[in-house]
Amino acid sequence: MKKSYKIEVDCANCANLMEDAAKKTEGVKDCTVSFMTLKMKVEFEDGADVDTVMKNVRDNCKKVEEDCEVFI
Amino acid sequence: MNKKQRTLLIRIIISAIFFVPLYLISEDIVPIELPQPAIIVLFLIPYLLVGYDILRKAFKGIMNKQVFDENFLMTIATIGAIVLGEYGEGVAVMLLYQVGELFQSYAIGKSRRNITELMDIRPDYANIEVDGQLEQVDPDEVEIGTIIVVNPGEKIPIDGVVEEGNSSLNTAALTGESKPREVEPGDEVLSGSVNMTGVLKIKTITEFGESTASKIVDLVENAASRKSKSENFISKFAKYYTPLVCYAALALAIIPPLVITFTGFGMEAYESSLALWGDWVLRACTFLVISCPCAVVISIPLSFFAGIGGASNQGVLVKGSNYLETLSQVKVVAFDKTGTITKGNFEVTAVHHSPLDDHQLLEYAALAECHSSHPISRSLQVAYGKYIDQTRVSDVKEISGHGITAKVDGRTVEIGNEKLMKSIGVEYKPCHHAGTIIHVALDKEYCGHIVISDQIKENSKEAMAALRSVGVRKTVMLTGDAKSVAEKVASEVGLTDYRAELLPADKVDCVEGLLKECTGNDRLAFVGDGINDAPVLSRADIGIAMGALGSDAAIEAADIVLMDDDPLKIVKAIKISRKCLGIVKQNIGFALGIKIVCLALAAIGIANMWIAIIADVGVMILAVLNAIRCLFVKNI
Repeated sequence: MKKSYKIEVDCANCANLMEDAAKKTEGVKDCTVSFMTLKMKVEFEDGADVDTVMKNVRDNCKKVEEDCEVFI
Repeated sequence: MNKKQRTLLIRIIISAIFFVPLYLISEDIVPIELPQPAIIVLFLIPYLLVGYDILRKAFKGIMNKQVFDENFLMTIATIGAIVLGEYGEGVAVMLLYQVGELFQSYAIGKSRRNITELMDIRPDYANIEVDGQLEQVDPDEVEIGTIIVVNPGEKIPIDGVVEEGNSSLNTAALTGESKPREVEPGDEVLSGSVNMTGVLKIKTITEFGESTASKIVDLVENAASRKSKSENFISKFAKYYTPLVCYAALALAIIPPLVITFTGFGMEAYESSLALWGDWVLRACTFLVISCPCAVVISIPLSFFAGIGGASNQGVLVKGSNYLETLSQVKVVAFDKTGTITKGNFEVTAVHHSPLDDHQLLEYAALAECHSSHPISRSLQVAYGKYIDQTRVSDVKEISGHGITAKVDGRTVEIGNEKLMKSIGVEYKPCHHAGTIIHVALDKEYCGHIVISDQIKENSKEAMAALRSVGVRKTVMLTGDAKSVAEKVASEVGLTDYRAELLPADKVDCVEGLLKECTGNDRLAFVGDGINDAPVLSRADIGIAMGALGSDAAIEAADIVLMDDDPLKIVKAIKISRKCLGIVKQNIGFALGIKIVCLALAAIGIANMWIAIIADVGVMILAVLNAIRCLFVKNI
């Protein structure tokens, strides 16, 4: 399953870091972050609980870039 | 400016007010005597005010084991400078860094908005008539089958069919061409076109989210998430670059002073060992300031985004940055014939060897074929161009694979291919023209033949010449048509090669063969109308669908979609991609080049922190401005 989320982040490199962080989150199969459109596209593993996974994604992103936000 | 940017701006201004007099005092430009501790404390006020969030982020980064980011670099560099007694420089670097951050966030935000606005061809309201009054509603809430009213000057929000009113539409937002299109009741209209002259009442046939305009916007916006090789290269680069520079800075701070202390070589330049260490640590700090990778990292996706935005404005939809990159390397272009090089509608092009008047022959032919809806029959009827009185026709017999026999005004008309002429024993004259040949016999007597062929598009020839001029070395036409037709079209348009009499599956084989001939970085593009060549479109390096306005299948199958069917747009798309890639390369080279030069200057002690921060911010500004040039592709 794929879903798209709005994000807020200030610098392009930070967006790349967020993408990496999200990819490493459990339950996430793949993820792309577009700094230009401020969107995060997440592909979930089969059977993953989207809400929990996204909360973890947000936490992990905040670890690499404190100033970011993922609107779940 | 958003709230965050405004707060930062206020912090910068207040700090600057504190900082400037202090700096002048500390540099003895203004003769006021202050004790050293007071100066330090006073400098800390603007420093903390402007840089507290950087310090906090750096600290949190270390806590979260994300050490090497730019916050860390700036913290180490400025604290290092302050500890070494360069208070002014330390605070100035933090201040200028924040000015750069503010500018960057503002410039990026602004260009993002500009590009998105350019791409967003969706109107944000729809007019509905309620009790004789027009009411503006959210187009998302309009249900299928609702009547919406579009006034002159407004954009059509949702696809639909005209119920009432005549007008001309400007489809420039969809196709990039501003040729007006006339519409009347019963015509289908697409969202995104601008109503120019009259009021239109339109019955919607889709929901807003499924309308052409919405689909185009989605497609282009999603394009940014398909990253190009250049983007991946840069993000990988950034991953290694920052830690590498940190270690290099560490080495710069420790190794040279150690070497100098132990060998004594070069020691005479320094008053004490403290001065020696101070100098090298300061150089290392300068090093760290220059090392920020942001200018390079931001300019690449921004260039692609602007390029995709500019292209969509010209009626060229690119579905990903990676496709823009591949398109710039296209050296071989394969074409489908019908609908791509030719118009795809059949027309009577000639009448030969007729003892009768041409028009009279067409009249007999059109009458005999009046019951058929075959494209050939229709083109005969169109060529005749007058009302067809079906009562004049009787005894119509269709002989499959041969033609038609009928009685028109009591005379026997036999019309069809060579096989038909042979079977009825009429001697016919073969035709050397390419196209479909229709022989006509009247009362068993040969009356000449009619040539029906597909028309070549006006711009096809020009497009092939232009393709060659942009470095495409091979243009190949793939067609299911007869060899004679293919040969004629190919030589007329100026193609370098053609393959005729192909079944749809053969086209894939052909493309595979052509792909094998591509060497190195050469790429192959296939251009089709997207209707029945989806497998070929996906097999080629780049699939380009043209004339795809309103055709979902084509938009789905292709990597690049040309909204109208002008073959010159292919050339335009290639030119746009080249310009965009050129700018990307300039930015990579320029930003990295300046960084490396500055790093070298810092290492040998020529560049101070002022130069470092200006180089960092300046490079970023120039790279962003350069990236924005990708947007301007109208007269390319």
